[in-house]
Amino acid sequence: MTAAHIDSGDTAWMMTATALVLMMTPALGLFYAGLVRSKNSLNTFMMSIGALGVVTITWALIGYSLAFDTGGGFVGGFKYVLLDGVGFGPRPGTAIPQLVFFAFEASFCIITAALVSGAVVERMRFSTFLVFMVLWSILIYPVLAHWVWGGGWLQAHGVLDFAGGVPVEMASGFSALAAALAVGARKDYGRQALLPHNTVMVLLGAGLLWFGWFGFNGGSGYSTGHSSVLAFTNTLLAPACTLVVWFLLDLRREKQVTAIGAATAIVVGAVAITPACGFVSPVFAMLLGALAALPSYAFIQWRPRTRLDESLDVLGAHGLGGVTGILFIGFFAQLTWNGIANGLFFGHAGQLGWQAIAALSGPAYAFVGTFVIIKVLGVFMPLRATALEESVGMDIVGHGEQAYTDGEGAILVTHEALPEGARP
Amino acid sequence: MKLVIGIVRPEKANDVLEALYRAQIRGFSLSRVQGHGGELERVETYRGTTVKMELADKVRFEVAVSDGFVRPTIDALCAGGRTGEVGDGKVFVLDLEQAVRIRTGESDALAVTPVDDSPEGPA
Repeated sequence: MTAAHIDSGDTAWMMTATALVLMMTPALGLFYAGLVRSKNSLNTFMMSIGALGVVTITWALIGYSLAFDTGGGFVGGFKYVLLDGVGFGPRPGTAIPQLVFFAFEASFCIITAALVSGAVVERMRFSTFLVFMVLWSILIYPVLAHWVWGGGWLQAHGVLDFAGGVPVEMASGFSALAAALAVGARKDYGRQALLPHNTVMVLLGAGLLWFGWFGFNGGSGYSTGHSSVLAFTNTLLAPACTLVVWFLLDLRREKQVTAIGAATAIVVGAVAITPACGFVSPVFAMLLGALAALPSYAFIQWRPRTRLDESLDVLGAHGLGGVTGILFIGFFAQLTWNGIANGLFFGHAGQLGWQAIAALSGPAYAFVGTFVIIKVLGVFMPLRATALEESVGMDIVGHGEQAYTDGEGAILVTHEALPEGARP
Repeated sequence: MKLVIGIVRPEKANDVLEALYRAQIRGFSLSRVQGHGGELERVETYRGTTVKMELADKVRFEVAVSDGFVRPTIDALCAGGRTGEVGDGKVFVLDLEQAVRIRTGESDALAVTPVDDSPEGPA
């Protein structure tokens, strides 16, 4: 690939892939909103919608530069601040305009920030969460993206992460753990059953996530080349295997296959194949999908019995799925398929060592960084709603709207006629 | 024998349930209702449309009890339902003429909660 060359096929695919990945954020909103109680469903959805606004801006201002400008091993420089120099010329190492590359990577940072909301739904204040996403999308995500994609120290040591095991999946999972610990449990957690209010939304959200994931993984080769084709098809194979293994685990436990389990399985399978999709053969992708069900299933069964209110199991699905995928590369990466490196199983043990270092360092940075951000934020603004507001529900308290209103008893008012202090 | 009706905030319904169970009152009906009790109207905005929500969601408990359990029932409704703000709801106590348990045909005090101290309690 020559430096000045733009490939129209690659560019067309990458523009399509960017739109696919952008759609995953409202799909995630649907998935999460279905998993919470109806009185919090708008607020939960809005946390994802908020990411579309806030994180796009921080990414354009500075996030992209910190991630993808060549710089130190730890973080990139400031060359691309405010999109300076990001134009129609090719992104080095690709045949697509850097503008398209920027937009594609923006959609990754957006959904990763939105993923963290799953840990703090039904109690964290909306405005505080927006400020949290500003800080997180500048201080955490770009650093981890730089480590594996922007020329950082993990990439320099040959760590393989095709579509975001480190910056997306493990980062969101372990940031979610930190956020849940720093914000604290919902007041009713462990006392009352806090049930999903719309399982159909959960299934539709999971289905749309899978659909968008073809752009997420299939676009992460930045081309229409072999690795992209392999990644695309592995994105079909792995989640299907996770789904069926999850069915079997459900049958073994309760003699029934659950719908929310199925939705979770699709996400877990897609998460696990994310880092590995361009590096392992289709058959090993199926094996990875099947294996990935086990740790996540066990964790998601166990976690609600603990004091840890990591409400929508971002750690169980994304954190553990990401770890599984990153380590799997170390075992089963195959040079004949990816043209880059072999894993332990094909004779290169060193690959596993560095994959393991990535599986430790990425989560450690995400966890510590997120915990510090939220604790500092808590000094300047309230992190969570009061107990009474939590009872009433975050939709009315935070947004003055309800997801399912029938208009009964609603009286139209003109703005001049608003009663003083009528807001709750 | 009385019928105790308690209308409480939906967000306090679980606290009321806990209080009723703790007071050994194990037979009741619950329905979702809407009403207005002098609380401030909530304002909601949907695009350019601003509305005052005149009716607030409430939960209505109906508890039929023998005379000795009227006081504990009222206490449970008040303890579980109170926040101290306007809109906590009301308790009404009505005379109850007759009660029949459909399964057994038992009537009156035998049919309302609780009838005895048997471990499984009234059906």
